[in-house]
Amino acid sequence: MAAIDTPASRPLTMTRIRPGRILAWTVLFIGGVLMITPILFMFSTSLKTAGQIYDLRLIPQSPTLANYVKVLTEGQFLRWFLNSAFVAICVTLSNVFFDSLVGYTLAKFRFRGRQLVFIAILSTLMIPTEMLVIPWYIMSANLGWLDSYWGIMFPGMMTAFGTFLMKQFFETVPDDFIEAARMDGLNEFTIWWRIAMPLVTPALSALAIFTFLGNWTAFFWPLISTTSKELYTLPVGLTSFAVEQAIQWEMIMTGAAIATIPTLIVFLVLQRYIVRGVMLAGLKG
Amino acid sequence: MAMTQPSPQSGPRLSMRTRRAIWVWAFLALPVLFYSVIRFYPTIDAFRLSFTNWNLLSPPEYVGVQNYRDMFASAEFWQVFRNTFAYLIIGTPISLLLSFTVAYFLDRIRFGHGFLRALYFLPYITTASAMGWVWRWFYQPAPTGVINSVLGSLGMGQLDFLRSTTWALPSIMVTAIWAGLGFQIIILMAGLRSIPQTYYEAARIDGVGEFAILRKITLPLLKPTTVFLVVFSSIGFLRIFDQVYNMTTNDPGGPLGSTKPLVLMIYQTAFNSYQMGAAAAQTVVLFTILLAISLLQLWILRTR
Amino acid sequence: MNYFTRNVTRTAWIAAAAMGCTSAANAVEIEYWQYIYDSRVQAVDQLIEKFEAENPDITVKHVTFPYADYQTRVVAANMAGKGPDVLQMFYGWTDSFVNGKVLQPLPADMFPTDKIEAEFFPIVTAMRRGDDYYGLPTAVRSLALFYNKTLFAEAGIDSPPKTLDELVETAKALTKKDGGGNYTTVGMTLDMAGQDHQWWREVLVRQFGGTPYSEDASTVTYDDAAGVAATQWYTDLATKHQVGQPGFMDEGQAAFRAGRAAMTIDGTFRLGSFREIDGFEWGVAELPANAEGLRSNYASYFANGIGAGAEGEELQAAAKFLAYLSSPEAMQLWLEVVGELPARPEVAMTEANLADPVYGPFLKALEYAHTTTFVDEQAQRQVTMDMANRVFLQGQAVEASVAEAAAAEQAIIDRAR
Repeated sequence: MAAIDTPASRPLTMTRIRPGRILAWTVLFIGGVLMITPILFMFSTSLKTAGQIYDLRLIPQSPTLANYVKVLTEGQFLRWFLNSAFVAICVTLSNVFFDSLVGYTLAKFRFRGRQLVFIAILSTLMIPTEMLVIPWYIMSANLGWLDSYWGIMFPGMMTAFGTFLMKQFFETVPDDFIEAARMDGLNEFTIWWRIAMPLVTPALSALAIFTFLGNWTAFFWPLISTTSKELYTLPVGLTSFAVEQAIQWEMIMTGAAIATIPTLIVFLVLQRYIVRGVMLAGLKG
Repeated sequence: MAMTQPSPQSGPRLSMRTRRAIWVWAFLALPVLFYSVIRFYPTIDAFRLSFTNWNLLSPPEYVGVQNYRDMFASAEFWQVFRNTFAYLIIGTPISLLLSFTVAYFLDRIRFGHGFLRALYFLPYITTASAMGWVWRWFYQPAPTGVINSVLGSLGMGQLDFLRSTTWALPSIMVTAIWAGLGFQIIILMAGLRSIPQTYYEAARIDGVGEFAILRKITLPLLKPTTVFLVVFSSIGFLRIFDQVYNMTTNDPGGPLGSTKPLVLMIYQTAFNSYQMGAAAAQTVVLFTILLAISLLQLWILRTR
Repeated sequence: MNYFTRNVTRTAWIAAAAMGCTSAANAVEIEYWQYIYDSRVQAVDQLIEKFEAENPDITVKHVTFPYADYQTRVVAANMAGKGPDVLQMFYGWTDSFVNGKVLQPLPADMFPTDKIEAEFFPIVTAMRRGDDYYGLPTAVRSLALFYNKTLFAEAGIDSPPKTLDELVETAKALTKKDGGGNYTTVGMTLDMAGQDHQWWREVLVRQFGGTPYSEDASTVTYDDAAGVAATQWYTDLATKHQVGQPGFMDEGQAAFRAGRAAMTIDGTFRLGSFREIDGFEWGVAELPANAEGLRSNYASYFANGIGAGAEGEELQAAAKFLAYLSSPEAMQLWLEVVGELPARPEVAMTEANLADPVYGPFLKALEYAHTTTFVDEQAQRQVTMDMANRVFLQGQAVEASVAEAAAAEQAIIDRAR
């Protein structure tokens, strides 16, 4: 299942260029351009002045960064960006640590209650977040977690999905490695951390990418759990910004562009890893 | 067995087995606590709340199945229910068909493969709330909206998109399909890759046509991937919220409730009207539907 | 002896210094909450600055939220025990906020009931529960007809419509469409989600001979010939006279701002944002009368209340700040910055204000305006929006749509009681 490689490594089935291929390529290309049209128009409009937005040319006549200056100085996008990054990084680190610890324990130890723990954790996959939101909200209110970073983060600190993914990968780690380490007198934690973890780095990066993306774009729970603007994450902040702008589309598009640019840069730099990570996480999970 | 072996280390004379059990539960202590407090307890709590009447401001009051009775008797709930399934039943096949077509052809293309794949994948990493506003702008009437302005300049009539009770839901659905397509394409391409080349070569030697290969080899061998994607995308459409919330802020879930999905109804009931009990009952419905779908997936994969 | 005196002096000195420190560190900080509306935020910032200058031992933290989330935020923070000390709230929320223990009554010694009722416009009684007052407004708001003078001049029309019939005729003359039959300029905006639902409820229904609610506000009474006629007249603007289109440019106020609507109905609170328009001249007129000359208007206000969590020094500071927010001085500033009408007649009904071309029409309206007692403003607005949309989008008969709306709104009122 995990045979993920580039097309070049496959035996060539195509020896000469056929007209069918050219047609397929052209259609795929047009489709691909259509896919990014909304993103292109978003950038284009963000570079226009209020008076120019009815001019629907993709390349603005006299592009200006004035909207960006205005949005960045008047809005709190930088703060929201840092909030999103902080929350997503903390949750990702926690998942990488705990999900793999639990996955390892379930894969490599035989103990009473193992099956029960595994099934219990797996069964939480069936519970939709939306069902938990009301109790979480009440719990947060009672414990004073509303409107805090911890309040945004706590529901996602461990996931059944990640645990399952890591368990599958740890099962491929040979027992001999672990036994040999035990013979050397290493303790169980060190064995996991020093011996087993390095053997599953592709899975770890897949889990990290998937968790990060999920938390970076998360909307529903941050919308509910935060009350101060200073604590909004980027998606929630953008929504509040857009509503306040009351259809000043060039400003809204600028806000949307600011929210998109960081992801875009990261994607362009790490495209290979992201695609592979999502693929791995999607297939195994 | 390990138990009978003498411990290689000196120190406390705990058997190997006991020491391992201590390690295991040390590893699992925090996670077990987490899953109990953050997953299982709230689940039970949601069920319990669904039998109460609570507006956050006064103490909850037990009302039996009143919330369920009210919900099933309300026309609004059934409209929301229909909407939710409309997102699911129209959205899933269309997005799967599109992503399969793209994946199938993209898989065979080498020239600019990475570039084309990036074009299709890019929307997947965007933020739904940001893109909701971009699409909302696209759908505006002329002179603001791109689509209607183009239609207008061609001398054609306007499409009402978000203003129409018929077209608002499909318009929002397009946004969700667009955002999810990249993921499905990637997964399908991985599925296609995992089919051994020898099957194809053998079929070609036997002179089987491309279409027959697709029908007899590719599709059957792709079944596990497809089932996964059907379930994944169904769950995604059942839980649609971000796009609807951002594209209908003037009249949430409107016009006339025609785009309101279950999750938006839950949000409004809980956090605009503060009817926590009624909202909990709605979440129980969502839970039941998702459970049914997950069980269906297990059943399909088992009978394979 | 010497040693002793010195020691005592030193002790006293240290104690005094320490007290000085504590009192500086104890400068009370209170939190003030309101929703985001540019000019209101500016006005409060200015008021806080002046208040802090007069009361150096009090600092006020100004916290704002989007309107759509505001109520949720207040309730959530109240649950979390992080509620504001002073908060701005719509008069219609009083019941739920009092029942939900979000508010505490204003201290009676600083705010005696008879004094309040002598000094404020009578609509302030909506804040009274029993003998207690739960809030005081800085400003009140009413509706008026905004018109684009530049478009009027182009069409050769020199005055805004005075009656409903004139409104239709004027709007017809000002509507423009392109070759494809699409509106490029609407004569009149149709936006129930904006202020039209208030216009319809308290003005049109009355002008067509009805009343929206029973005297005690417990029963919906617009499901009659008058309610149907009012709705028919309103929806005809789009369907029969074709002088506008619901949803044109998303929001009525946005269309007017962009110069693509000749007339719109909006409130005093919009003045600040319309003042930023530099593409054309605009004017304000009283809402049109019906053929018999009957006029009506909808008045409402936001009041400032004291959060239930404030106690001790914070409560004192909160009461002081609230008194300042409802002082004549604050009202004058609010009028200048936000453009909302002072809640004290002594500040509002000056000759200069009444003669003002912008404030005049709004102030005159206060004499005949009505106030709606909402139980769930968002839900009740939704009912009116849906009523119009059923006619616009689904072609439902007006009678049926009004009946459906009345039933739905009655259910909301019943649920809340």
